[in-house]
Amino acid sequence: MAKTHPMTITEKILASHAREKEVFPGDLVDARVDLALGNDITAPLAIQAFEKMGAKKVFHRDRVVLVPDHFAPAKDILSAQQCKVLRNFAKAHRLTHYFEIGEMGIEHALLPEKGLVLPGDVVIGADSHTCTYGALGAFSTGVGSTDLAAVMATGRLWFKVPESIKFIFYGKLNPWVSGKDLILFTIGQIGVDGALYQAMEFTGETIRTLPMEGRFTVANMAIEAGGKSGIFDPDQITLRYVKKRATRHYKLYHSDADARYREVYEYDASKINPQVSLPHIPSNARDVREVGKIEIDQVVIGSCTNGRLEDLRVAAKILKGKKIAPSLRLIVIPATQEIYRQALKEGLFDIFLSSGAVISPPTCGPCLGGYMGVLAEGERSLATTNRNFRGRMGHVQSEVYLASPAVAAASAIKGRICHPEEVVKKGFKGSRVRGVK
Amino acid sequence: MKLEGRVWKFGSDVDTDAIIPARYLNQTDAGELAKHAMEDERPEFVREVKKGDILVAERNFGCGSSREHAPLALKAAGISCIIAESFARIFYRNGFNQGLPLLESSEASKEIQDGDQVQIDLSTGEIFDLTQQRKFLAKPIPPFMQELIEDGGLIPHLQKKELKGKTF
Repeated sequence: MAKTHPMTITEKILASHAREKEVFPGDLVDARVDLALGNDITAPLAIQAFEKMGAKKVFHRDRVVLVPDHFAPAKDILSAQQCKVLRNFAKAHRLTHYFEIGEMGIEHALLPEKGLVLPGDVVIGADSHTCTYGALGAFSTGVGSTDLAAVMATGRLWFKVPESIKFIFYGKLNPWVSGKDLILFTIGQIGVDGALYQAMEFTGETIRTLPMEGRFTVANMAIEAGGKSGIFDPDQITLRYVKKRATRHYKLYHSDADARYREVYEYDASKINPQVSLPHIPSNARDVREVGKIEIDQVVIGSCTNGRLEDLRVAAKILKGKKIAPSLRLIVIPATQEIYRQALKEGLFDIFLSSGAVISPPTCGPCLGGYMGVLAEGERSLATTNRNFRGRMGHVQSEVYLASPAVAAASAIKGRICHPEEVVKKGFKGSRVRGVK
Repeated sequence: MKLEGRVWKFGSDVDTDAIIPARYLNQTDAGELAKHAMEDERPEFVREVKKGDILVAERNFGCGSSREHAPLALKAAGISCIIAESFARIFYRNGFNQGLPLLESSEASKEIQDGDQVQIDLSTGEIFDLTQQRKFLAKPIPPFMQELIEDGGLIPHLQKKELKGKTF
């Protein structure tokens, strides 16, 4: 076989799915898609398009996944109608992976947990945070409903091979610093269109010790820098996560050492402190100590960005034995039923309830101003979610501040945005996020 | 394909939550969505926008969520074309898939003012600002994409091709 030019992991995955030996950035390829995802907001439009196209069958009943999670359990009659469209379609096409609310979860936490997305896959989802699965070493990107319909019918889609940008993190993470802080910092550095149309590849010694939870959080927010995808080199940490979940074949791809990047950014992670993105754009990231006194009305811990078990554990560590500020509302949303069960088993719910929090079933809910914590005029919420656009969580005159679960929990206690060290003593044994040495 | 209309000017990083707030995403009817297009960003837009009007924005238009409801709502509200310095990736794909042409021109995006009357020729990429009597050039839209727009988007385009006996 002729030797190919050096390629990035993204180029290799796209080449293999397009049955090409090699691809170059800018090439248009027609690629096989391993998995296609829709939710209760985007799938109804996709199903309409699918039927209008005259399609009769989905390309593979194991490979089209429908998750009602945005406004489910249904928040109103119209949402119930939308969920019903999904339910009926799943029944009619005998879809293997339709998740009713009893087994449901926020899609981007649920699919990896169920082993439905695997290293080396090409995944598309009609949800912009589909880029989350890049954490597993997959090429994964968000599309609209029409593109989803095309994939549901054919199992294929055209892609422009993106250029890649490399982000190298070195150095030891500071106490209470997590994947969320790394990605908020990165977006703050390059801006909300700093990676427009590009694949963001995260690497370096800090990343190699980052646990899966942190990697999911980082990849999840690639879209907030305009990225087409975020991707990680699959390693032992990936395999430990995937091995017990996978039920089909998967392949690990790695970037060649001499692969080409449009840009390479290098950051000393030991200089990064907990971050907060101020309204109304995710790139408005600051060191938490530099935001001044910002009082808040609500804290949300959850979402596809930070609703995983490790996120809840970190929050519980900080909230243990403490009460939230009297005037504040704390909403905790485990991202999946499995996370919910495990958090309950570990006693995290007792800690949350004693602190004064309310616990919601898995849902995207307040992140996009849907329900379960919508903001009134003039209110401020600190959230572990991914977007702080104007009006994102409710009234157009409300504000959203983005931060990690640690900052969120600490701020809930203080009633204002603060560093976790303000509520937990310096040198506290549990201050390192698990898995980071 | 030629278009003409009044310009509605917006800034950079207009996100899909601004184009169509998520509180209206519990349904998919284009006419209903159109009633709320840009309502938080610019409340008079929905009341005053006319069929054929043109939206001009700066950088990264349509960033944020993948909701195809965004181009759907703008198109149903009457917008015939969007000109911007750059578009967010998913919005760009969704716009054409919904039959809404998108033109990239940093000069036009900078110079055209709110309320200007503008003519566009999609086949040449010419943008003529009648109010300022100035011409700008965007990358023309290739013939097959123009055909897709004339058919009303990717799905009707595919249907038509299928009727003619061509394959997808």
